[in-house]
Amino acid sequence: MSATDDPHLGTAEQEPLGPPPISPLRENWRYFLANRGAVIGLVVIALMVLTAIFAPLIAPHDPTAQFRDALLVPPAWTDKGRPEFLLGTDALGRDILSRLIFGARYSLAIGLVVVTLALVSGILVGLVAGYFGGWIDGLIMRVMDIILAFPSLLLALVLVAIIGPGLFNAMLAIAVVLQPHFARLTRGAVMAEKHREYVTSARVAGAGTLRLMLVTILPNCLGPLIVQATLSFSNAILDAAALGFLGMGAQPPTPEWGTMLAEAREFITSAWWVVTMPGIAILVTVLAINLIGDGLRDTLDPKLKRS
Amino acid sequence: MPLLEVRNLTVSFPTAAGRFDAVQGLDVSVDAGEVLAIVGESGSGKSVAMLAVMGLLPAIAGVTADAMRFDGRDLLRLTARERRNLSGREIAMIFQEPVASLNPCFTVGFQIEETLREHTGLSAADRRHRAIELLTQVGIPQPEERLASFPHQMSGGQCQRVMIAIATACTPRLLIADEPTTALDVTVQKQVLDLLLRLQAENGMALVLITHDMGVVAETADRVVVQYNGRKMEDSDVLTLFENPRSPYTRALLSALPENAKGGRLSTVSSFVPSAETAG
Amino acid sequence: MLRFILNRLLLIVPTFIGITLVAFLFIRLLPGDPVILMAGERGVSPERHAELMAQFGFDQPLLKQYADYVVGLLHGDFGYSFSTKKPVLSEFMARFPATLELALCAIVLATVLGVAAGILSAIRRGSWIDQATMGVALVGYSMPIFWWALLLIIFFSTTLGWTPVSGRISLTQFFPSVTGFMLIDSLLAGKPAAFWSAVHHLILPTIVLATIPLAVIARQTRSAMLEVLGEVYIMTAKSKGLAQRRVIWLHALRNALIPVVTTIGLQVSVLMGGAILTETIFSWPGIGKWMIDSISRRDYQVVQGGLLLIAAVVMVVNLTVDLLYGLINPRVRHR
Ligand SMILES: Nc1ncnc2c1ncn2[C@@H]1O[C@H](COP(=O)(O)OP(=O)(O)OP(=O)(O)O)[C@@H](O)[C@H]1O
Ligand SMILES: [Mg+2]
Repeated sequence: MSATDDPHLGTAEQEPLGPPPISPLRENWRYFLANRGAVIGLVVIALMVLTAIFAPLIAPHDPTAQFRDALLVPPAWTDKGRPEFLLGTDALGRDILSRLIFGARYSLAIGLVVVTLALVSGILVGLVAGYFGGWIDGLIMRVMDIILAFPSLLLALVLVAIIGPGLFNAMLAIAVVLQPHFARLTRGAVMAEKHREYVTSARVAGAGTLRLMLVTILPNCLGPLIVQATLSFSNAILDAAALGFLGMGAQPPTPEWGTMLAEAREFITSAWWVVTMPGIAILVTVLAINLIGDGLRDTLDPKLKRS
Repeated sequence: MPLLEVRNLTVSFPTAAGRFDAVQGLDVSVDAGEVLAIVGESGSGKSVAMLAVMGLLPAIAGVTADAMRFDGRDLLRLTARERRNLSGREIAMIFQEPVASLNPCFTVGFQIEETLREHTGLSAADRRHRAIELLTQVGIPQPEERLASFPHQMSGGQCQRVMIAIATACTPRLLIADEPTTALDVTVQKQVLDLLLRLQAENGMALVLITHDMGVVAETADRVVVQYNGRKMEDSDVLTLFENPRSPYTRALLSALPENAKGGRLSTVSSFVPSAETAG
Repeated sequence: MLRFILNRLLLIVPTFIGITLVAFLFIRLLPGDPVILMAGERGVSPERHAELMAQFGFDQPLLKQYADYVVGLLHGDFGYSFSTKKPVLSEFMARFPATLELALCAIVLATVLGVAAGILSAIRRGSWIDQATMGVALVGYSMPIFWWALLLIIFFSTTLGWTPVSGRISLTQFFPSVTGFMLIDSLLAGKPAAFWSAVHHLILPTIVLATIPLAVIARQTRSAMLEVLGEVYIMTAKSKGLAQRRVIWLHALRNALIPVVTTIGLQVSVLMGGAILTETIFSWPGIGKWMIDSISRRDYQVVQGGLLLIAAVVMVVNLTVDLLYGLINPRVRHR
């Protein structure tokens, strides 16, 4: 291949050489739809997104409104239940269903923000490490090792202790903790790809370094990154709920599910519904995302059969 | 009565696009002590057919046949115990990738002696002796030390020799060799093939040799089965096959040989065949 | 093999230095007055303040401070808790057995059940057993364990009254602490009643802590087994006429365990994170609860020391697992 080649030739080369890029998108989609669990997960999450968007329209009550005459009312289907409080009320007389519906906004936002932060920073860090190699790579990877050496929840707790409790800080902390996974994946893919012919030819053809990394190399490791992003989405929701539960995440009266559980802890002997409902909401959401993640993994990356 | 008799064998796999017949209505018979070559292009169902004989296909594969008999015993109706008594003792098989065929976690000695433990009443010391004897037989230098080696410490050719040692440990009456030399270096290919043929002659066992190489066929086989798309195209002795192939597919196969295109191949074949016959 | 060990040891040195750096920077990054952060003293006179600044070395350059910190660490000085005035290291040592006992029980439970479930699923691939097992594993994997703990308490402790709600042992049981493990110490003291009390207290926390590792190990074992069962050497083993049992439990499992061991090792970090939640909920007097209490009490020297010690424990365990991996993988052991 001569140096005068059109730069597009380089990208055309990648078809037979790299792992299948995302061109057979429709095929992947069909394969994904054949996975029953993944479709169920997708439907649940779609409903969840709709719930979050239209929360003010769907919720029967204001999530912070306290009904003084209705403290700890059990769910509607029990003897003492009241039809206007379908899932009962908490100790302050707030409607649990309405709080859960508004809580969906927080959980989805947490997942989205954390994954975006971790993904973007992780990809950048990984690209830099993988592309430049040498001491830059060594340094970056040691920093990633250090982050991964701490139990993630502990590190998130400590970070929150430094920057102060609160939902946004909790999201930042979780993003820092999840980021090394993306960096490692990207770096590995870059290392594997950068000596392939199509990259060399693109470089010979005069493609700039940044362009080379973003346009040529990145699309080839998209599959594992998407799978990791899904995994991180559910981890982010779990960790944020755990931080909320420990009092270091969202602060009351925010109807965040983990925070709701923290408030409900003292009622485990007297009012089971206050404890059960937010947990079910967390479990169902995380489960649905993990179902999608499993489906994506089987579709995009049959070799990545790790749990 | 042939040693192995397969009539109307069909093997099908369920796929997303419906049932896929990898083997359709195949008849094969192998006489005691004969060398049968099975040739055919990739995907023509050679391996699948022989795996069906060995009972090694995954459970999802549908295997039907009018008859599948080894030495008069119905292979389709064997109990698990009867099958185990047959496999490794009377029928043995070796595979295309020698390195992948050996368990990476166990020593060569362990894997040879395991077969002996399963099928013979030999004591531990005798098993060790026999293992050394087998390694010597297949031409592995310093067999005593090699017993403690792991597969990754050996070359592909040596691994295939070990596989042959395992397969012939109990002097089976039928050995199925599925492309035993394809994965090896050209220089080693001939040695391994010669070894197989020597053991075949010494032990008087029948050998089913799956191969792509018409040269090998000419050199080694008594009889040839040509398979295409899961069906048998031709079944004749080796001389007939090369001199006047019956099916058009075989003719195409032969003419596709590069040597053939250059001409003069048939005379070479004819000159080869008698020596192969005297060997067999 | 020796090269492999040395290589691993060399690799963790920079990580370990990094961890000390993180712990060191932790207190210096906290917003607020360093003296208050370190000693928790409010409203001190300016003289006392300067004295404390000098005592903690905050008036020194940062590099010198770090050097002093590391020298202190090498002498076993991990700082002092301002709430108990005791050295962090001895506080840690007093609580570590409680966490270790719980974590060991959890990892044993998770490994035994997880590997068994994974194997069962793999050999019955596609059957209802497989689907049910993997369904349960996915639920376990998605479980918010702090909620799961509350559910178990509601059911087993509050409703059925089978298990206690908190602590390691009933308060009426006394015996000398030898190993720090209640299960062992109670037996050493010859008190079966105390032993059963300890077992009762362990059940729920163990289940809670084991849930996620169990699910991960089951899923990983299944996929490792499935991969191995498709290998040619499994066909070889079958073609030798070996019993199904031998093929699966010896030839397949031996190979499948290699990646599973790595997975189990990775769960140690998960366990330490889970211990924070589990110990908080069950009032388990281990280091997880100690960390949470210290964070909320703003006892930052404890947090700093605990952070370092926990990371060190995780690293040592990971190193051990790495070496174990080399030991059970012939490709590493016999090069
Ligand atoms: N487990 C399976 N599931 C589905 N299809 C299968 C399975 N095993 C084999 N096949 C199909 O059966 C057909 C025949 O395969 P087989 O391995 O017998 O070919 P072959 O003649 O041995 O080819 P080669 O020379 O490449 O070894 C192929 O199309 C293959 O895709
Ligand atoms: Mg084949």
